[in-house]
Amino acid sequence: MNQEDNSRRDFLLTGLLAIGAGVGVVAGCNSKKSAFEAAADPEVKASGKKVKLLSVEGEVIEVDEAFLKPVPHMPAVSNSEARIGIPGKKFVMVIDLSRCKNLKKCQAACNHAHDLNPGENWIKVQPMKEAKHTAPYWEPTTCMHCDEPPCVKVCPVDATFKREDGIVLIDSDRCIGCRFCMAACPYSTRVFNWGEPEIPAEVASQPYSCETSIPQKKGTVGKCDFCADMTRMGMLPHCVSACPNGTFFYGDLNEDSVTNGAETFRFSDLIKDKAGYRLMEDLGTKPSVYYLPPVSRNFPFESGLENDKTENK
Amino acid sequence: MENSSLTIEKPMKSDALHEAPISAADEQIIQDLLPRKFTKSGWVWTGILMAICLVGAFAYYRQLRYGLVVTHMRDYVSWGIYISNFVFFVAISLVGSLITAVFRLAGVKWGAPLTRIAEMIAVAAIIFASIIIIVDMGSPERFYNLFLYGRIQSPIIWDVIVIATYFVISLLLLYYPLLPDIKILLGFKERSGARLYKFYSFLGSFWKGSHKQYLLSKKAINVLCIAIIPVAFTIHTVTSWLFATTYRPGWDSTNFGAYFIAGAFLVGAGSVVVAMYVFRRWYHLEKYITLNHFDKMGRMLVLLSLLYLYFNVNEFLTPFFKMKESESAYLKDLFTGSFAPVFWFAILTGIILPIIILVFKQGRRPLPMFIVGIMVVVGAWFKRYLIVTPTLLHPFLPMHDVPAMYRRYFPSWEEWAITMGSLAGAILIITLLCRIFPIIPIQETITERHHETTV
Repeated sequence: MNQEDNSRRDFLLTGLLAIGAGVGVVAGCNSKKSAFEAAADPEVKASGKKVKLLSVEGEVIEVDEAFLKPVPHMPAVSNSEARIGIPGKKFVMVIDLSRCKNLKKCQAACNHAHDLNPGENWIKVQPMKEAKHTAPYWEPTTCMHCDEPPCVKVCPVDATFKREDGIVLIDSDRCIGCRFCMAACPYSTRVFNWGEPEIPAEVASQPYSCETSIPQKKGTVGKCDFCADMTRMGMLPHCVSACPNGTFFYGDLNEDSVTNGAETFRFSDLIKDKAGYRLMEDLGTKPSVYYLPPVSRNFPFESGLENDKTENK
Repeated sequence: MENSSLTIEKPMKSDALHEAPISAADEQIIQDLLPRKFTKSGWVWTGILMAICLVGAFAYYRQLRYGLVVTHMRDYVSWGIYISNFVFFVAISLVGSLITAVFRLAGVKWGAPLTRIAEMIAVAAIIFASIIIIVDMGSPERFYNLFLYGRIQSPIIWDVIVIATYFVISLLLLYYPLLPDIKILLGFKERSGARLYKFYSFLGSFWKGSHKQYLLSKKAINVLCIAIIPVAFTIHTVTSWLFATTYRPGWDSTNFGAYFIAGAFLVGAGSVVVAMYVFRRWYHLEKYITLNHFDKMGRMLVLLSLLYLYFNVNEFLTPFFKMKESESAYLKDLFTGSFAPVFWFAILTGIILPIIILVFKQGRRPLPMFIVGIMVVVGAWFKRYLIVTPTLLHPFLPMHDVPAMYRRYFPSWEEWAITMGSLAGAILIITLLCRIFPIIPIQETITERHHETTV
């Protein structure tokens, strides 16, 4: 167990090191040179060629090139660790409706990043109009990552779960496909893989990860995962970075800050100043996604119509 | 003659038993009620049922291979006729507890000849309720996860527990009262054939009909009758909670448990009436299933229809009066929209017309009763369809950014085939059960007759 914990920490540090140094390839351990050699395959012999790297402490170290080996782009977190979440965090999203033009870049980025079955959307951009004389607006919907998630309540096998950091995820290796969560979700955010998803074979053959939600599997439920893998790496979810209008803000409630990549706001101020709200507050689901009302809009509603797929008409 | 040595149990008023030689009248009863070999039409009937089952099995093979994509369920209508069929089967299975347990505990004597029919229907229905729920699962190969990772907070787990319990109790309630009859059946080795004889011996050769065994069995049946009533109420209430624990318009109702149970007793009683008529004609049981039985069941159906009508009024009138925004589209769709024909058909044929027909004495004769029974059952099936689908087509947020076919629902041929296959399968089980076991309890009928003559 201890051993495992150590190697896990080392692995994470490696990941950070790789990012910090801007090097895609690196192997080994935390600071000391000998540790690199210790961690390497015993059959690997030093080549004599040294590479300079930046350690986490900020000092430049030299490592023999032979001890460097490619690691996957992202540290894979085991599915049991993915159930716990990132300690001390409480992730929230703010969607500014005054900025949405129904470009659907968020949707495209999401579909691409999660290798979704064609036609399946985790993000939907809804044309909303509450009543006859009220103004229409575009409303992107993701999973609300409710604090009282109805879907988690009804799941018979704990396949969908709520983490410490507020993210609701799905373990597709456990889901039995009863679709009770889909009936329970008032936001209709969940989608089902009715058939075998049309995804590249090399993606489909990967072991399933709860944090990447890849690969989607036949007979199981899928939904927006707040890009838990990106979040773990300290990066923004794909929808946030894909939106050219900066509609989506993402951040940590405990840090009280949200960002769309270009602008960063104090979360509490943003919600207070712009009168943020959540969807279907009366149901008591306590979503983690907040909306800013569509006032002083950047685009007229009609400008989004051309991008609305004909099948939606 | 082998059966000349046969003796029967005859409990006296004191419940004491003594062995009495069978009289000619008793022998007549036995001859009338022994299970019979299939005639040509019986084989044709069984063959048709099996053929329908096979088509259903083929459709299920396709579903296993390609996934639920072969159905026309999609992200919005994520539950379709499988789930309505499941609710239908659970509903029908409740009749076992009604006719056997409620009647028995309430001291309703006339129901005795109908208990076995009711229990057979209950067992067949609960078996197919379980099967159909597995058919609906997207990953049935992971069924064991329910036991490995089951969480008691999920109503599905409650359903798994109570359905399993109900199945066991129903099976026992079919089995225990069968034991004295099996003893009689064992007396007709040549008639039943070697294989069936072996089967009967396996099931009931330990039953000697002694006083001690009789008392034990009576006690066990009483305990089961008491136990099955709360379990029966629970299975259908929990089934209703699969819907009522969600927020959706049309499901978010505190009326749902009682509404489902009332509907279940109605459709169950309707199915018993259909079975009564068919068995009576097919096996010429006019002496045992009498006009009186039809008359009593007819009154029963009126009562149950009125009860169900009451709950329907409760279920629809109050939301209709308010017309809350979230419910109005759903209600309009039911009352005057695309579901209106099915809705009014189900209400009329399943509830209103049966009441009108059966309040008249002429309406409680076998043939009109049979027709009303079919109306009740068919109406009830469509009622279950209406409970599931229209709600799912009226989510809170608009149905958007999905292919056009996601926004409507009509079952695919695979869904129809599997559904029809399951209905045929349930009827097949009933058919086989009545081929193997007496449809009317022989021993009970004889005892009842002796009781009548001695009183």
